[in-house]
Amino acid sequence: MDRNVDISLTVNGEKITSRVEARTNLVDFLRYEVGLTGSHVGCEHGVCGACTLRVDGRIVRGCLMAAAQADGADVWTIEGVTETGEIRALQEAFVERNALQCGFCTPGMLLTLAELMERKPDASRDQIREYISGNFCRCTGYQAIVDAVEIARKKGASA
Amino acid sequence: MTDMITDRWILDRPNSYIGRSVPRPNAPRLAEGKGTFVDDIELKRMVHAAFVRSPHAHAKIRGIDTAAAKAMPGVVAVVTPQEMAEICTPWVGVLTHLEGLKSAPQYPLPLDTARWQGEAIVAVVANSRAQAEDAAAMVEIDWDVLPVAVDAETALDTDTPIIHESLGDNLAWKRNADFGDVDSAYAAADHVIEETFIFGRHTGVCLETRGLVADFDSSEQQLTVWHNNQCPHMVQNILATHYGLEEHRVRVITKDVGGSFGIKVHTYADEITTVGLSIMLKRPVKFIADRLESFTSDIHARDHRVKGRIAVKADGTITAFEIDDLTGVGPYSMYPRTSAIEANQVVNMIGGPYMFDNYRAEANVVYQNKAMMCQYRAVGHPIKCAVTEGLVDQAARAVGMDPAAFRRHNFHKDDSYPKKSVQGMPFENLSHEECLSTMLDHMDYEALKAERDALRQQGIYRGIGFASFIEVTNPSAMFYGVGGARISAQDGATLRLDAKGNVFVSTGATEQGQGMEAVISQVAATAVGVKPERLKIITGDTEHTPYGGGTWGSRAAGIGGEAVAQAGRQLRLQILTAAAAMLQEDASTLDIRDGVVVDTDTGNERIGLDEIGRICYYRPDTLPDGFQAELVATKHYVPRKFPFAFTNGAQASYLEVDTDTGFIRLLNHWCVEDCGTVINPLLVDEQIRGGVVQGLGGALWEECLYDDQGQMLNANMADYLVPMAAELPDIVCGHAVSPTADSDLGAKGAGEAGTCGAPAAVMNALNDALSPFNARLTGMPFTPKKVLTALGKI
Amino acid sequence: MKPAPYGYARAATLDDVFALLAEHGEDAKILAGGQSLMATLNMRLSEPEILIDINRIDGLSGIEDTGDAIRIGAMTRHVDIEESGVIATHAPLIAAAMAHIAHPAIRNRGTFGGSIAFADPAAELPACAVALDAVMHVTGKGGTRDVPAAQFFQGLYETAIGAGEILTAVSVPKISAGWKSGFMELARRHGDYAIIGLCAHVQFDGRQFGDARLVFLNAGDRPVSAPRTAALLNGQGWSEELSEKISASLKDELDPPDDLNADGPMRKHLAGVLVKRTLSPMAEA
Repeated sequence: MDRNVDISLTVNGEKITSRVEARTNLVDFLRYEVGLTGSHVGCEHGVCGACTLRVDGRIVRGCLMAAAQADGADVWTIEGVTETGEIRALQEAFVERNALQCGFCTPGMLLTLAELMERKPDASRDQIREYISGNFCRCTGYQAIVDAVEIARKKGASA
Repeated sequence: MTDMITDRWILDRPNSYIGRSVPRPNAPRLAEGKGTFVDDIELKRMVHAAFVRSPHAHAKIRGIDTAAAKAMPGVVAVVTPQEMAEICTPWVGVLTHLEGLKSAPQYPLPLDTARWQGEAIVAVVANSRAQAEDAAAMVEIDWDVLPVAVDAETALDTDTPIIHESLGDNLAWKRNADFGDVDSAYAAADHVIEETFIFGRHTGVCLETRGLVADFDSSEQQLTVWHNNQCPHMVQNILATHYGLEEHRVRVITKDVGGSFGIKVHTYADEITTVGLSIMLKRPVKFIADRLESFTSDIHARDHRVKGRIAVKADGTITAFEIDDLTGVGPYSMYPRTSAIEANQVVNMIGGPYMFDNYRAEANVVYQNKAMMCQYRAVGHPIKCAVTEGLVDQAARAVGMDPAAFRRHNFHKDDSYPKKSVQGMPFENLSHEECLSTMLDHMDYEALKAERDALRQQGIYRGIGFASFIEVTNPSAMFYGVGGARISAQDGATLRLDAKGNVFVSTGATEQGQGMEAVISQVAATAVGVKPERLKIITGDTEHTPYGGGTWGSRAAGIGGEAVAQAGRQLRLQILTAAAAMLQEDASTLDIRDGVVVDTDTGNERIGLDEIGRICYYRPDTLPDGFQAELVATKHYVPRKFPFAFTNGAQASYLEVDTDTGFIRLLNHWCVEDCGTVINPLLVDEQIRGGVVQGLGGALWEECLYDDQGQMLNANMADYLVPMAAELPDIVCGHAVSPTADSDLGAKGAGEAGTCGAPAAVMNALNDALSPFNARLTGMPFTPKKVLTALGKI
Repeated sequence: MKPAPYGYARAATLDDVFALLAEHGEDAKILAGGQSLMATLNMRLSEPEILIDINRIDGLSGIEDTGDAIRIGAMTRHVDIEESGVIATHAPLIAAAMAHIAHPAIRNRGTFGGSIAFADPAAELPACAVALDAVMHVTGKGGTRDVPAAQFFQGLYETAIGAGEILTAVSVPKISAGWKSGFMELARRHGDYAIIGLCAHVQFDGRQFGDARLVFLNAGDRPVSAPRTAALLNGQGWSEELSEKISASLKDELDPPDDLNADGPMRKHLAGVLVKRTLSPMAEA
């Protein structure tokens, strides 16, 4: 039985082909094989959200998906959405409001918030908190993050 | 508040950045996912370590068979305790100024006995972490399971197993304190109230786990370690000492750290072992603790049972406090900061905000077969604050006074400093009255009470709880140095002007995400007279920074920042000396503003720093005879007037208890605190918020649960509950400012105050909410089960 | 922790699945959403020989109105159910439960069928399935058989799915006129497994209850129905007195487990609170 799998996928718009161990998860593949270390690993149980990635247009836990499953997928990481400028308003709001301290949860948090802003553009503060309830931040206490979303929305509105 | 220094030159600088909410220079990089955390580092021929960990809390190691493990795919080495002991000396976590503290030597891998579930026993090195784990599963250890000591209350009983025979018993340390005459105070008091407070053991759960890459180059006998530790110089010394290396050939580099909070300030056996693996294998070895092993190998904290008493007169005057503190740590005292400091802090600071003359305390620190325990954000403060503030509320109730009024009645008055507490803690200048009164304004206290009372009539049970507190920051050598630890309380900064007028600032303090780089840049920019964009901050490298203390005890701004201020001022003088030579002017008539040398009086621009750089570096031939420009300045700083800079504050919690489900909903939280000169208000507020939430975690959710065999029952992210966004309130922050005279900046620390007061405020609010039911809870975390039990519903 | 090594096969059709199951038997695990399975593998709590990835098989996902019921393909992602107007209209109990399932990133990958087949007694969807008398469509080499929810959940992580079979769809009867649903769970933090939860599916004419289903999650080793207690509702209007009778009955009828968050007595108490909080708003509406 083959414990290695050939995969071909798009990462941040770039075609990647590789042969991976079946047991390698997607975030480890991106970090170690592709060199995109912006996505982080905090628990490997799917609970902390540090590994949150975007696969085929939706956020997923990178630790709960085998790289093998990403064959044919369209994957975006923090590096990619930074380069396209998609989350610039959110990143600037984060910096302005100090919604990040150590930065370890931040990439996963930003991808989650990008999805929130797209799916629930009028989310209340409570709804924002609910949407990020699966992203653990030990540093900020979350309030600045919620504020940053409101700041980014205002920026987006006036852009 | 008296301010003993009149020349706060740094605060009078033109175009000052002190007090401004400047965004952090390193934040954009982190927001783009461009941080460099330890697991992001890859070196050529790097291999990965995993550990075989003890499944037993207490067991003799009869034998270790590594043959099957060594044969597994990708395995490079399987290393036993005996092999590690040949190259690494053991350590003992004691300090001479904690008299009587005893601890057994701890080896990198234990030689014959495992003493806590999760202790690393055998190291496996392989080409990938996954392969190392595959091989670790094949290591066979022949165990002789021993009975365990896991109940602090019975740790010293004769039939409790002794964890280290060599120590004779399980007592790590005992401290007794007796000031004034407590018994007379009891006799004369109108009320003596006693209560027992329990604090659940919990742990830091940094999102980035502990880890390092150790790289030993045998050709130069040079060890380089990338380590997410808070104190690179301390680590440098420890590695050199225990591996017999020359200290100047040990380089510790700390890049981005994903949160530390004190968890990463300690010396971990698995990390020390990883360094040894690199020395043995002569190639880079990476070890990153995964989340499961973090729960049983990171330090735990705050496992205390405190019996407390308060004596009060009918007019509301506190006359005495007394405590009996029992804390159960792990099987060793942590090295080098010891596992006795937390209890010591509790004893030292009970009753801190209040005037009273009689105090008695006994603290017993006992060993257990559980994970090791040591300093974690706010070290001991949440405990002393909750005990104090819980007893204070009881006393207020007994004499029929409003809890805020009762506190005000008993506070050390804001204009009464400097003075010492009954325990002899020197208070330079605190502002309890101002903080409480400002906070009551923010809360609209009278309206809040009215709301609470009205809702109570409707069967909705809300409570308001207060916590006033003092908090230790900016620790001097009196904390560790005097006890023999090679931990530096001082810090240094080197500032260097480059050829383009930019300034490099290197400091021994370290960035953990708290924003220290921003603070340093604000101080440097102000002291020198340049814009922050002209600065490059260098931290976290023992080879390229002055010898320093790293980050702990909320010292980065107050101590690290002060060294930068002094060095910045020195560099400015040196630059002006060069400018004076070039311009044939008197240096004392010149200043630097926004990167340009100006006439101080008129502000006329004379010459830019880029021009000074060009001339001094490329055209020294044009400088006056005999003149040599010096464009590098180094200054060091350590607090000398006060052993610590005490800060103070007030917190309040407003919450609602669902008396049918036992669930507690946090509605609001306030904090007004005084950290002296505030260098960056935004960053300080966010430190407060983050600290409060960590405190809330211990109050409502977090606990390391153990069974009677020393097995941790919830050692994973699903069962160990950390605070997440949906359960938390917004936190309103405010400040008072009492600068310290021990430095020119006057900045005290701010990183831990939030954590110190939050649990006490929540406990008091909870008990206020439950007051109609004659139910009280004093054991944290306050779970729904405990609430329902107290209410008699189950 | 990294998983132990395993093999991986991408099934293109159901026949591929049956062939692989026949070859590997219990050494194989089905990989659908993976949100429970992968965490288990990451912690080395399970070490299968091979994962059979069914994500590419056509026809396994979708929400279809079949007249009397809504047929949910096993591979339908939670997020699609959460956003479905058809589910909101015809299976409001499920619609109400969806927001409590973990967090958005989990719901984007996790599947309806995966949750049902995994049969975690603390999960929302198995309890919903029992409360709504759903029918599970279980397919093997020989064809598909229908298993009513009441017979489907057989023990802790145990279902009626036999060797060589997989769950391919679930049919949920549409809510009928005169029926109301209520979902409520109590969790320490939003998205956590509930300490206990209730799926209430009741006949209510505006004043009186009729037939009723009260099904609890995390009250046993499978979804726990409380028919004796539910029968107390028949012909009654809501009252404080009825609430107390129900609470007393639940203490008798339920036998919930102990765990880190709550013991049996606490769960029994909370069960009564959940019924009250789910049904009394119906009466007040």
